[in-house]
Amino acid sequence: MSSAYLRRRLLSSLVAIVGVLLLVFLLVHLIPGDPVENLLGERADPADLADMRACMDLDQPLWIQLLRFLRHVFDGTFGVTCPDRARTVSSLVWAALPPTVELAAAAMLVALVLALPLGVLAAVRPGSVLDATATTISLAGISMPAMWLGPLLLSVFYVQLHWLPGPADPDGLAALVLPAIMLGTHLMAMLARMTRSSLLEVLSEDYMRTARMKGLSSTAVILRHGLRNALVPVITVAGIQFGSLLAGAVVTEKVFARPGLGTLLLEAISERNYRVVQGTTLVIAVSYVLVNLLVDVTYGLVDPRIRVKS
Amino acid sequence: MKLSSSAKVGAVLLGVFLIMAVLGPWLAPFDPELQSLDHLLEGPSRTHLLGTDENGCDLLSQLLWGARLAAGISLLTVAVCLSVGTALGVLGGYLGGWVDELIMRIVDVLLAFPGILLNLAIVALVPTAGVGVFVFALAVNGWVGYARVARGQVLQLREREYVQAARAIGARPGRIMLRHIAPNILSPLIVQATFGLSGVILVEASLSFLGLGRLHSYSWGSLLAQGTTYLWRTSHLALVPGVAIAAVVLGCNLLGDALRDRLDPKRVR
Repeated sequence: MSSAYLRRRLLSSLVAIVGVLLLVFLLVHLIPGDPVENLLGERADPADLADMRACMDLDQPLWIQLLRFLRHVFDGTFGVTCPDRARTVSSLVWAALPPTVELAAAAMLVALVLALPLGVLAAVRPGSVLDATATTISLAGISMPAMWLGPLLLSVFYVQLHWLPGPADPDGLAALVLPAIMLGTHLMAMLARMTRSSLLEVLSEDYMRTARMKGLSSTAVILRHGLRNALVPVITVAGIQFGSLLAGAVVTEKVFARPGLGTLLLEAISERNYRVVQGTTLVIAVSYVLVNLLVDVTYGLVDPRIRVKS
Repeated sequence: MKLSSSAKVGAVLLGVFLIMAVLGPWLAPFDPELQSLDHLLEGPSRTHLLGTDENGCDLLSQLLWGARLAAGISLLTVAVCLSVGTALGVLGGYLGGWVDELIMRIVDVLLAFPGILLNLAIVALVPTAGVGVFVFALAVNGWVGYARVARGQVLQLREREYVQAARAIGARPGRIMLRHIAPNILSPLIVQATFGLSGVILVEASLSFLGLGRLHSYSWGSLLAQGTTYLWRTSHLALVPGVAIAAVVLGCNLLGDALRDRLDPKRVR
């Protein structure tokens, strides 16, 4: 991979992160009205209002607020919670991160495990009943609102059949199954459609004919020569979508009453705890940018065609 | 123009949605917020065709009024995103240089917020979110996709002979962009808007499902949220709004797929 490409890609990620920082900082100022009055109500005690303002640095000029915000980001605390000043925002965020990452990883696994066979079966016999079934499944997966799918899964597999644990049950791998299906279905459908169209395109390439003419079995041709090439864009999109799974976890965690970043975010929203909203948003957005960067760089390393082109 | 059967299904689904949105308030048999304490959580009956919720409100009336709300928010949002995105994309693509650089950097920043994160943060922090706030929150990063499509198209068209000819006879950049370029990039943007509509409907429903923004109790997302809390007692409350949302999104996807296949010369079968 040329170093120019790498440099350009690093630079654009850096610009994005700086922009994210600015936007998240301004979030509190962009909303109409006084944030402190929004928080405590207009008729609050003036002393409480002043204390809150001081805790959130809102009594300072904008540029000092920005500097303090950046200091909180770079010392890794994201500031303290207001008005009690008892905990740092980062301690809340780091505690909420593992369950959400676990959920997103499980959802990704569900998506990939189901999407690849669906896409391959559809592409191998285009126009067949198998293709129509796989296409219907992925279309349904794309159109089904996740916040409807989750409760439906719960009502069938937990309430009626008692096969899988529900929201109130202790954690464990089994408790992850339904949330992972809820979160992963949309991505599964997207990836299945991509696998199908990508494999269809690859199957018509000249090197596929060559492979077949060498006398390889059709399974070997499809799996070793076809799928390997068709998978590159699919895996890239899957990687990029990992960040969206972190954001999508908000709804899933609410439906299954699971702890995590989404639950933290919703709690912070209902308490109007701006610092925590900012911290959570920042962590999700920055990890999304970094994962994208990682995927792009790896993509360049894996596929020689991209290496040469760039 | 001959339509594939899946495109027809998509068009019918969207057509029903639009009719519900336009005529809904006249078709609705009851006031959507009228509570009837004698008819709590009832299944479908002759007076209440789709049953009632836990406050005794008529579900059919809520669904019809909700359709108007969903259509209003989503069409308005798509219109805003389409115009802002196209304008910025054409501007960046045609002028290039620092204008393009600036627009694309803003696009990068907005793309750094995955999924509903930014929309959620905006709606959540506003004390009383009305329809305007919803549209604003959805449009803040919604225009980005249109801008990217428009810019890509303009980069291809910019050096075409007819654009060069217009430039040669002294047409101003504004006129070239408006008269010669914009009309020729509309088809991919319409495809984008069809998919965009389904995206907006889903995001709006997710936000009201999460209880954010406190729009009307009959928004489809709120109906779904309310239905799922009673899922252990009755299933129709969650089923009806769920089917409604899924049908509209499916309609957009079917129509979008069909339009894309039709407009993409490589995909002609």
